[in-house]
Amino acid sequence: MTIATRHPRHSFRFRGRNFLALVLRPALPVSQWLGELDDWLVRSPGFFNGKPLILDLAGVALERDDIAGLIGDLASRSIRIMGIEGVEAAMLDANLPPLLTGGRTLGAVEVAEAITPAPATADAKPDGKSEDKSAAAPGQAQPATAIAPLPSQSRQLPSLLVDTPVRSGQAVINPDGDVIILGSVASGAEVIAAGSIHVYGTLRGRALAGAYGNESARVFCRRYEAELIAIGESYKAIEDIESELRQKPVQAWLAGGELKIAALDQPEKETGTWRKSS
Amino acid sequence: MAEVLVVTSGKGGVGKTTSTAALGAALAQSGQNVVVVDFDVGLRNLDLVMGAERRVVYDLINVANGDVKLQQALIRDKRVDTLYLLAASQTRDKDALSEEGVRRCISELRGRFDWVICDSPAGIERGATLAMRFADLAVVVTNPEVSSVRDSDRIIGLLDSKTMKAASGERMEKLLLLTRYDKIRAGRGDMLSIDDVLEILSIPLLGIIPESEEVLRASNVGAPVTIANAQSAPARAYMDAARRLQGESVPMIIPSTRQTLLTRLFGRRAA
Repeated sequence: MTIATRHPRHSFRFRGRNFLALVLRPALPVSQWLGELDDWLVRSPGFFNGKPLILDLAGVALERDDIAGLIGDLASRSIRIMGIEGVEAAMLDANLPPLLTGGRTLGAVEVAEAITPAPATADAKPDGKSEDKSAAAPGQAQPATAIAPLPSQSRQLPSLLVDTPVRSGQAVINPDGDVIILGSVASGAEVIAAGSIHVYGTLRGRALAGAYGNESARVFCRRYEAELIAIGESYKAIEDIESELRQKPVQAWLAGGELKIAALDQPEKETGTWRKSS
Repeated sequence: MAEVLVVTSGKGGVGKTTSTAALGAALAQSGQNVVVVDFDVGLRNLDLVMGAERRVVYDLINVANGDVKLQQALIRDKRVDTLYLLAASQTRDKDALSEEGVRRCISELRGRFDWVICDSPAGIERGATLAMRFADLAVVVTNPEVSSVRDSDRIIGLLDSKTMKAASGERMEKLLLLTRYDKIRAGRGDMLSIDDVLEILSIPLLGIIPESEEVLRASNVGAPVTIANAQSAPARAYMDAARRLQGESVPMIIPSTRQTLLTRLFGRRAA
């Protein structure tokens, strides 16, 4: 997002992002599992090339040296592991990939030999409310379990409802969907949403809708005094806005890459659905 | 059941110490057992406003660190005998306070007093967060101007996240004390109006303290304004606020100086 670069700061900005990864689940005895993996690789050579892979060791109890050995064995087959799950943190030292926790399996799919790349859409939430480990039984020599996203049409984007005022210095962030705020957003507060932002009080702080590129996101507020409104990469500070809109109920949206702000009670005039030619 | 109250604001110079002393004294004058605790380690002022600066031997840090007994550090007011002061250390800094020490000290004070009033330092750092950490109730002192209001808003956010009450999922009660309010300047639009401040901060109003030179006069003679001149406009406003703290319903009138002059004249004649 360009907001950060247009307003240089001295601090870093960290962003959470969800990615899809394949999970490898070795079974005991590991040597036999590696043999089956080799057989599988003969039929689908290069399947793992460049793919992010997680090693799930919950089904096998391995010592630290064995883990290192297994990762070496996989590396010799050009399989690079970006993270390990299902072991104690103490089992991993600095030379091993980092421990991952809270992974969520979404509609586990057994990868058939003919299937090529896993769907690119990401949908694994890091909070991991439900962990579905039953997808791949450890006994089976299953080469890989792909985590497929749910069909995007039926997916409910989670919106975040905040029923208290957002105070100066606080940030409300929803990386998945809309943010609805029943109170006011104070000067010096920040609301960031992947989707739209609805403020039923006064918007005095900053509202950044469509922060992950959703250009159809909008910002709505009951009383507009915002320091900054942004949708996607376009933004407007309060000086850029006609003063008659201030303290009014407004909405903001993107029209052809340009950020538009208009009073909510005159949508026809500004949304471009109908305009009298003059 | 003791009530631990933190007087806080974020911004400096808005009247936290004055309000701590005045509210503490007003509560004590109505017969409550009150201790005012200075958390502004390194920049203590409450002892001066209470007129006890020469009587400080041990302080909050000594008690929090367990060097002395609480009894040795408490300073009893010479005018109101249910009012006590626990001073801050002037030679240390805020890092000398440990959370565990503060917790122990506050829980000991809870056993002895009806009201424990903590005077928070300005800012949002360790000193301020420790002062609010174990409070049941917060009085947010705000002047009717934008920088003070925004800082108060920030502090309210911290009260909702950094206090023990917030951490245990309870709601922290926050009350607004609007100080240095000037009716004439607010009428001219030079100040934020009461409605503006209430709209922005959206917390209940505890009281409105009018701007008055009585406040400065009182702190110069080393007395809370409710003791120095109980008939003055700010003193009456603080007394009303103290009655509201005790659950009384008192109509929100801003005492004006003109009335005060008259009452002072009558007061003098009667004396």
